[in-house]
Amino acid sequence: MPVITLTIDEELVSARAGQSILEACRDHEIKIPTLCHLDGLSARGGCRLCLVAVAGSPRLLPACTTAVQENMVVTTSNEKIERYRRMILELTFAERNHTCAVCVSNENCELQTLAAELGMDHVRYDYLNPDLPLDTSHERYGVDHNRCLLCLRCVRVCDEVEGAHTWDVKGRGIKSQVITDLNRPWGASESCTECGKCVEVCPTGALFTKGSAVAEMKKEASFLRRILDGREKRQWRR
Amino acid sequence: MNLTALTELAEQELQRQQDLKLRLFLCYSTPCISAGAEAVKVALEELIKEQDLAAQLEVVATGCMGPCSRGPLLRIVVAGEERTYEKVTPEQACEILLHGLAGNPIETGALPADIPFFARQTKIVLGNNGWIDPGKIEHSIARDGYAALAYVLHEMSPEEVCNEIKKSGLRGRGGGGYPAGVKWNLVRKSPAERKYVVANGDEGDPGAYMDRTIMESDPHRVLEGMAIAGYAVGAEQGYIYVRGEYPLAAARLTKAIRDAERCGLLGSRVLDSSFNFRIDLRVGAGAFVCGEETALMTSIMGRRGQPVPRPPYPAQSGLWGYPTLINNVESFANVAPILHRGADWFAGFGTEKSKGTKVFALCGEVVNSGLIEVPMGISLRDIVFEIGGGLPDGGQFKAAQTGGPSGGCIPAEYLDTPVDYESLKELGSIMGSGGLIVMNETSCMPDVAKFFMEFCMDESCGKCVPCRVGTVEMYELLKRITDGSAMLGDLETLEELCGLVQETSLCGLGMTAPNPVLNTLKYYRAEYLAHIEENCCPAGVCQLDQVPLLKLPEHAAELAIFKEEN
Repeated sequence: MPVITLTIDEELVSARAGQSILEACRDHEIKIPTLCHLDGLSARGGCRLCLVAVAGSPRLLPACTTAVQENMVVTTSNEKIERYRRMILELTFAERNHTCAVCVSNENCELQTLAAELGMDHVRYDYLNPDLPLDTSHERYGVDHNRCLLCLRCVRVCDEVEGAHTWDVKGRGIKSQVITDLNRPWGASESCTECGKCVEVCPTGALFTKGSAVAEMKKEASFLRRILDGREKRQWRR
Repeated sequence: MNLTALTELAEQELQRQQDLKLRLFLCYSTPCISAGAEAVKVALEELIKEQDLAAQLEVVATGCMGPCSRGPLLRIVVAGEERTYEKVTPEQACEILLHGLAGNPIETGALPADIPFFARQTKIVLGNNGWIDPGKIEHSIARDGYAALAYVLHEMSPEEVCNEIKKSGLRGRGGGGYPAGVKWNLVRKSPAERKYVVANGDEGDPGAYMDRTIMESDPHRVLEGMAIAGYAVGAEQGYIYVRGEYPLAAARLTKAIRDAERCGLLGSRVLDSSFNFRIDLRVGAGAFVCGEETALMTSIMGRRGQPVPRPPYPAQSGLWGYPTLINNVESFANVAPILHRGADWFAGFGTEKSKGTKVFALCGEVVNSGLIEVPMGISLRDIVFEIGGGLPDGGQFKAAQTGGPSGGCIPAEYLDTPVDYESLKELGSIMGSGGLIVMNETSCMPDVAKFFMEFCMDESCGKCVPCRVGTVEMYELLKRITDGSAMLGDLETLEELCGLVQETSLCGLGMTAPNPVLNTLKYYRAEYLAHIEENCCPAGVCQLDQVPLLKLPEHAAELAIFKEEN
């Protein structure tokens, strides 16, 4: 595979052609915050946290969906980018109800960790406080739409890895909401295989195992790489 | 059908039309139908049946004639002189018919021949509007329909066609203004086993109806443009995407595609050449965002209509990963005239950087609202005061809104600005698809900004955070400004948020959603400040019956809730 060189944060690095800027950065241990991206799932470019500046482009570009190019000059962080990332997090917090103190994922939440890392310590916008339901009809898992970021990791993992496509989205704009089957209760879903992948990849406490109390819901998304590598290298045997 | 047969058909139809003693052109587009054109048509047909006149004359139900506020419109040509009658009633129509047939047309109700509304327009795209029945392919052929396609297929190479378009200076009419010739060449040069041509007819800006009128009034013009594009870039399949709210446009296009296929003007071996081109119609499901090219293509592919990040651009990887040429319906409608009359002729209209004409839907506070086509570079003053006839009831011009929810308001001091892509952009507005709303002094600018923000909020697809949540937060701030509960700090927050949404959103909808706010803040900041600091709406639109949360204690005495308790 052809190798190309590019400059990231004033440092000359090499990358494989076809890689995204994000992949190249992670290979060289350059940190870029992400929320909707998950290694192993298709890139989406929806959370806008991984925006980077590319010389020659008038706009900021998402690192997860932009492919590296020879001689590209990328800046992953500057005052403006940092400020925008904090503002986007503020908007994310304002959109629904993210009250850490009473959340099953407290202290194990990607949103919470990111806010701390990026120094987002208050929200200046109106909390929209939508009136959203909780679906606990499933035997083992529950979904709390108030904690959902609409990163759609659950939708993608269910479709791309498990192949069930139980999850999807209804509505548009601020009224978007993830649904199971054709908006039936999760417990009544006929396509759900109860594999639990969606719960493990969810970055917040939106999807949880029933019975977890505050701060008890710990998730491990790295299983995904293991499954995908195993499939690719045919490591599965009976 | 081949070239000879096409010419023969055109001549036959022309002869038939000349043999008739009188042809009545009745505007049968949506605005005139709603004004009562249907009753006029029935009355005329009854009269013809009663007096057995069918052999001597015909009533042509045409597409839009332009001055929609004056409908129903009826046009006749007697002794080479055309007369257009406004606000025609069924009885009047019968009289017009009988007098016209006798050779002495009546004058009452006729628009003056030199009315600026018609005289100041240059019709290229709308050339056939008002002269043909969109449901009859022979009418279109008699007015040189498909002649450009026939010429191109037999006399020009794809490269020459692309270069001709490039030479003409045609730019994308959907609003972006990207040079069409460059785009065509990009797709032509992309190596791929399959390519697609897509016409974007998902027009959604409030108050805009240019694309609908083109599709309803002259569908064959669009199809011909698409077929020429298909030949030029090497595509054999085209899609025309019409928004779901335009059932009449969809029906007329369906019929037009079928008629053209039956005549051998589309389908396999077009006009006896080796070129094959099929066009399929796709109808949208009511999402404004599907007018964005990547969202439109995902919708055509049968998926949820959401945009995807660019690059890659459609010219490299579009429908099903193949190179795709996507242009607006109006851009395609320009193609046939350019190739029929030459790039130099077309480049003779307009300004140095913006060539040709632009169709505008002129509405709001003007005497003559309707659909107009003007050469690029005409001043806004000419459009509003000459063609539009000024504001009714002695109203004072305050602003002209262009570009819909992605554009902005142009204040009175810039009335003499030439209307072209660059000048409008400099003023902080955009050309957009062509909606032009004239506002008088009773329009409150923060309220206008709020209206467009509400529109963007409702139409955001929800894929990216800045647009999904940012538009709601901006709307909340604007709502506060217009209800009196805003503080000065809110204006700062609003401006900062505008910057964020503009720079970080995924697609054009989010990127341009803050434009109406930023633009009105630029020209009418005093109005915003009056709302916040003086608690007064200069235009007298806003109620301003709320108070800022922090000032509640000061107002306790006046508040209804406390009064009730006392």
